[in-house]
Order: sequence, then C-alpha cells, then structure tokens
Amino acid sequence: MNTDARNTKVMNRFDVTSRLIAKLKREEAVIGGIGNTNFDLWAAGHRPQNFYMLGSMGLAFPIALGVALAQPDRHVFALEGDGSLLMQLGALSTIAALKPENLIMIVMDNGIYQITGAQPTPAANVADIVAIATGSGLANSAWAADEEDFERLVEEAMAASGPSLIAVRIDDKPGVGATRRDPVQIRERFMHGLGVREAL
Amino acid sequence: MAIAEQHTSSEAVQTSSDKSWHGIVLQTLKRNEISLIPYVPDRVLTPLIKNLHADPFFTTFATAREEEAVGIVSGAWMGGRRAAVLMQTSGFATLANVLASLAVPYQIPLIMFVSERGTLGEFNYGQSLVCRTMRPVLDSLALEHHTITRLDELEFIADRSIKQAITTQAPVALILNPLLTGGKTFDK
Repeated sequence: MNTDARNTKVMNRFDVTSRLIAKLKREEAVIGGIGNTNFDLWAAGHRPQNFYMLGSMGLAFPIALGVALAQPDRHVFALEGDGSLLMQLGALSTIAALKPENLIMIVMDNGIYQITGAQPTPAANVADIVAIATGSGLANSAWAADEEDFERLVEEAMAASGPSLIAVRIDDKPGVGATRRDPVQIRERFMHGLGVREAL
Repeated sequence: MAIAEQHTSSEAVQTSSDKSWHGIVLQTLKRNEISLIPYVPDRVLTPLIKNLHADPFFTTFATAREEEAVGIVSGAWMGGRRAAVLMQTSGFATLANVLASLAVPYQIPLIMFVSERGTLGEFNYGQSLVCRTMRPVLDSLALEHHTITRLDELEFIADRSIKQAITTQAPVALILNPLLTGGKTFDK
C-alpha cells in the first residue's frame, strides 16, 4: 500500500481515465463525478455503462454504492475529484461499514477547484486523501505512483475482496470534453447499459 | 408480492406486522419490494429502524448525511433495486441541492419518509424554524408530498404514493406527523 503522496507522479485526468476505460471488458459501471471528472469520462468515449453527474457535488461515491448494492455481480467504478470528496467524507465510512467488494473509488486530486478558477481546496497541502480513506476504514486505499502503478492498482482492486480506493495526483488541466447535459437521457442510457431497461 | 410476505417469518416482522404506524410502514415497504433503506436516525423512527434492521428482507444502514442516502437510493434505482430514505425534518432541510440537481432532473423515484419535528409540541425553537422550510422547498420543486396524521390513512397514502413515485418516476415525501407517531416531547 502506497500511502505517501509526495512520491507520486503528477498525472493527467483524461489520460488516467482513458487508461481505466481501456481496461474495462465486462460492462463495468462507471460513475463520473461533477465537472471535469465526468467531462473526461465523456471524452474518453461514451459507454452505455457510464453515468454522468451534472450536479450534486460529492455524491459520486454514494451513487456508485447504490449501484454496487443493486448489482453485486458487476464491478462499479466511481471517479471523483478531491474537492467533491471533501464535501462528503462521511460516505467513506458508510462504504467501509458495508464493504461492497465490487466498488472501486478513484480520486483525482489536483488540490484545486479547477473549474471555478483554480482556487486551492482547504485540504491542499495539509490533508492526505489516502490517509483520510484509511482512517475512515477503507484499508485497501493507495496512491498511484505513476500510470503503470495506477493500472496495476485497478487490476488489484478488481480482484479484491473488499472496496478499494485509488488516489491519483493530477495536473491543473481542465476536462477535454463536455458532457451533453441531458439528465433523463443519461439516466435512461445508463439503466439500459446496466440491463435494467429495454432500449426505447 | 404476497410471496415476499409469506417467506418472512422472523420475530421482528411479527412484532411489526401489527397495526402500529411503524408496522404498517414496514409492511408497505415490503409489499412494494423496497429492500434498501439508508437512514439518518431520529428518535421517533427508532422502532421502525429497529424492526427494519431485524428483518433480513431489508438492507438497512445509517449514512452520515441525508444527501448521501439520496445518492445511494438514486444509484440503487438505476441498478434495478428499490430503496427509500428515512430522516428527520432537519435532515430534509439539507436536501434542496440534491433534489434539484439529481432526483428531479434525472427522474428518480426518490421515496422519502420524514419524521416531522418542529410542530405540535416542539421544545427547540431551531427545530420549529427548520420545519417551516420543508414544505416551501417541496412546493418550490412541485414535489408530491403528504402529511400523514391518521393511522387509518397511513397504508393507503404510503402504498399509493410509493406506486405513484415509481410509475411516474418522481420523488415523493411522506411526512410522518406527531398526530400519527406521537412525536418527540419534552421529558425533563
């Protein structure tokens, strides 16, 4: 377990997201948190199993937990920014208590609210996301040292017998794409992708 | 759905299958195949929460915040599992953002049971004020809501409202008034 942020490479959100998507072969669900996180998920190529958040900052992990509890045989990934996660740290303990083994949380940590003008978060330079996650009861939490390590941690998480959290230090670049803001279409396509709904 | 009732025989279900308000709520949830119950606790809700925990049909657990529970319910719905949130009035007051940015625009049948504090004998001024924000927030989003005051109306209102939420893919708030539950009173 790598719990030291200082030795981690600064990566890029779109690149890391693309690497994740390339590894998904079994219709895994992916929840993209508000803002740049889901913009880059969208830009990495739409999949029917992707869900894009257009609001509700901080709820990517709880939404993913709900999906994971509804479909225990499917791996569920949640992509969240550090600023968003700071809004809902209690969710980490809820997930630790329920121990869904099919839930994998990825935190994109640039220490800033990039989309609002790159203001630093209160946690920047003082708090450690992985230490917070570990302290919340998520023992299987680690910083990704670089892109290769990230891919290795994703493999490890998919084989794990409990929830996993992977934190990635990223640069200050904005998202590459922009999600089409049609909430009903996003939800309906996602439910179709999860096999809950027939295509219209 | 009657089958689900036949398959449950734990003591907790028997004690809650009487005609108490919480027994009716539990059975109505079960009849409508609502099996996932995240909650933020409330004194009045205690017997319901206890019996939900004791019944293996339900996955019942506490969340740190009410909006977290709304996120969980939304994800569960999209994954094909029905869920409902239990909370107190003051918890509902934290939900305007998630209602307006998730439940309503994504058309999620978010089923909320709200134990009403702040009226009919409230002893904490802050609670009475926060209670007054609840219905204006619900009305501002044109959300369906019912204040349940009578035991003989509870099953009808809860059952019909749950079915309506699901078929119309719209949230509903079922407000459990002190006239129904007894509420929380000033003891000492």
